Amino acid sequence: MWYLCVFYHRLLDYRKAEVDSLAHLFGAFGTEDPHNQNHCLEWRLPLHHHPDSPFHFVNLPSEDLARKIANRSILVKGMYELWGEGSSYEELEAAIRNYPEERKLPYLDSGSTFKINVDSFGKVLSLDDQNQRIQGLNYIAFKGRVNLKNPDHKFWLMETDDYGSNNGLPPIVHRRIFFGREVGGADRKLIPTYQLKSRKYLGPTAMDAEMAFLMANQGLATSGKLVYDPFVGTGSILVAAAHFGAMTMGADIDIRVVRDGRGPDCNVWSNFKQYGLPMPITLLRADNNLPPWRPELKEIFDAIICDPPYGVRAGGRKSGGRKLLKGAVSPYTVPDDKRTDHIPSTAPYCLAECVHDLLDLAARMLVMGGRLVFFYPVLREDDYVEKENNFPEHQCFKLISTSEQILSSRYSRVLLTMVKTGTYTEEIAEAARIKHIEFKENHLKWLEEGNLHSAVFSPADAPSAVAPEGKLNKEPKPKYRGKYV
Amino acid sequence: MRLLTHNMLASNIKGVTNGFPLRIEVEKAIEKQVDFNPEFLKNMFTKIHWKALVDASRIMGFAELPEEADSSMLESDDFLRNFHHALLELHLEEGALVCPETGRRFPVNKGIPNMLLHEDEV
Repeated sequence: MWYLCVFYHRLLDYRKAEVDSLAHLFGAFGTEDPHNQNHCLEWRLPLHHHPDSPFHFVNLPSEDLARKIANRSILVKGMYELWGEGSSYEELEAAIRNYPEERKLPYLDSGSTFKINVDSFGKVLSLDDQNQRIQGLNYIAFKGRVNLKNPDHKFWLMETDDYGSNNGLPPIVHRRIFFGREVGGADRKLIPTYQLKSRKYLGPTAMDAEMAFLMANQGLATSGKLVYDPFVGTGSILVAAAHFGAMTMGADIDIRVVRDGRGPDCNVWSNFKQYGLPMPITLLRADNNLPPWRPELKEIFDAIICDPPYGVRAGGRKSGGRKLLKGAVSPYTVPDDKRTDHIPSTAPYCLAECVHDLLDLAARMLVMGGRLVFFYPVLREDDYVEKENNFPEHQCFKLISTSEQILSSRYSRVLLTMVKTGTYTEEIAEAARIKHIEFKENHLKWLEEGNLHSAVFSPADAPSAVAPEGKLNKEPKPKYRGKYV
Repeated sequence: MRLLTHNMLASNIKGVTNGFPLRIEVEKAIEKQVDFNPEFLKNMFTKIHWKALVDASRIMGFAELPEEADSSMLESDDFLRNFHHALLELHLEEGALVCPETGRRFPVNKGIPNMLLHEDEV
C-alpha cells in the first residue's frame, strides 16, 4: 500500500536512504537471503513536486511496518494513510468522498477520540485560517470526540503553495493539499536529549547527535547486534548505536582519548553512563593500519560505523615513526630497559590508506549482509554526482546509498553505506597485504597525493576578471542546499 | 577489558605467527553487571575460541565453564548464564596481555588494552 511520507526539511540526501534501511531492519523484504539487499522501496512524487520536496509516496507492505519505520526514523515527520489529495479544496473533497468507506469508518467511530492538525510547507497559516480549514472538513463524518492531548487517531491536513522562488525552499509549481491519517512519526526528542552541548566528554570532531542516529540507522543497529567503530574518539557514534540496543566496540590510536578522557567522570564511559546506556563491550587502543585481531577471527561484527580521519579537521595517525617512514632515520630497536614505558611514535595516515585498511578490515570482520557505514570527503569542484565511480570500492561490498552533506563551498562529506555481499577469500587478503606494503614503502608519495587539507584551506585563486566559460555553464547546487539541508 | 575482547585479540608483532591467545596477567580484576542477552550470546558462541575463553576465565577466578562446549548447550539457561558471566562480566581492570611467542607485554590500564606496537615491531 502507498503511504504519504512527509520528511523534515533537513539533510535531503539522507531521507529516503534512512527509510530504505529501516525497511530492511524491520523485514519489509522478508527474511530471504540476507546477502541479497538489492531490494529498494518503491517511491514516487506527488504531482509536480521537486525531488527535494518534503512530500513523497512510498509503497510499504503493511501499516505496522510503516509505523515501525516512522517511529524509529530521525527524518520522517510523519507517515500517513492518504485519504485524499488535490490541487484545490474542491478536488480534495471529491477525493476524500471517493476514498473507500471501509477504510475510513473504523477511524471515525463514536467510541474513539481524534484530533485534526493543520500544517503547511513553505508558508504560515494563521490560527483562523487553520480553524476555517478544519471546519471545511465537515463533510467527513467524524463521530468520535475531540481530544487534543492524547487522541486515538490523528488526522493531518497539509498544504503547500507556490510561495515564490526566493524563500530558500525547493520550487513548488502547483498548490497541493493532502489529508491523511497519521500512522507514525519520528521521535525528535532524541535529538535534544543527546545533543552535544549537554554531553560531558567531547572532542573536536564528535559526531552530532542527529547524524550519529542516522548513521546508526544506516548500519541497522539493533538489539543483539555488534557494532564496531575503529576511530571511536569520544564515542559519539557508538552512543547512538547503543541507544538502539546494539552492543558496541571501539578502538582509537590515541590512548588519551579512550583511556583518560578528561578525568574519572568525563570520558567515553561517562558519555554512556550519562544516558543510562550499556557500556561498550570494549574500548581499546589499536591502530587501524595494524589491527590486533587474531588471524582466524572473521565475520564477527554486524556493522562497522565510523567517521575516518580524513585530514581536514583532524588527521589520522598510524604506527611507525614519521622520520622512520620517510627514511630520514634508520630503523632502530627500543632498548630493553626502556620497553615498558616506551611511547611509540606515529606517522600521518593518509586518507587513501585509511580507507583501504577500513575496507579490508570490514571485508574480513563483517558478517555476510553486514554493513559498513562511513563518511568520505569530496571536493565540491569535482562535482561528484557525475563521477560516482570515484567512491572507494571493494569486491566484497556493494554500495547501496550515498548521502551528501555540504560542509563548505569547497568540500562535502558523503555518507556511504555498503553491504557485504562477497566472502573474504585468501586471494583478497593477499592483495590487501601487497597493497599494505606498497603504502608503507611509498609513504611520502601517498601523503602528498591524498592531502585534502591543502585543497580545502588553500587561499582562493586570485580573482580572475572573466570567469572561464565552462564554469558558468555548470549547474550550481540549488541555493537552499546547505549544511543541514 | 572483558574476556570477549581477550578472545578477539592477538599479538600482531611483525614475524609473530602464534600471537593467540594472549596470556593474562592480573593486577586488578573486577566484575560489572551486564544485561543478559541470550540472542547476542548465541550469536557470539560460534565466533568464540572456546578453550581460550575457558583458560582466561580460570585466570580471572571463574571456573564454571566446561572444558568443551557445543551449540546444543546453548539450550541450557545455566550454561548461558555462565557463558554470559565469563564473556561479558569479568573485567581485567589493571594488568597486561602477554604475547605467547615473544613475551612482549601489552599493558591494560583502566580497563583499556594498549595494543599499539613499538617502532621495531611494525
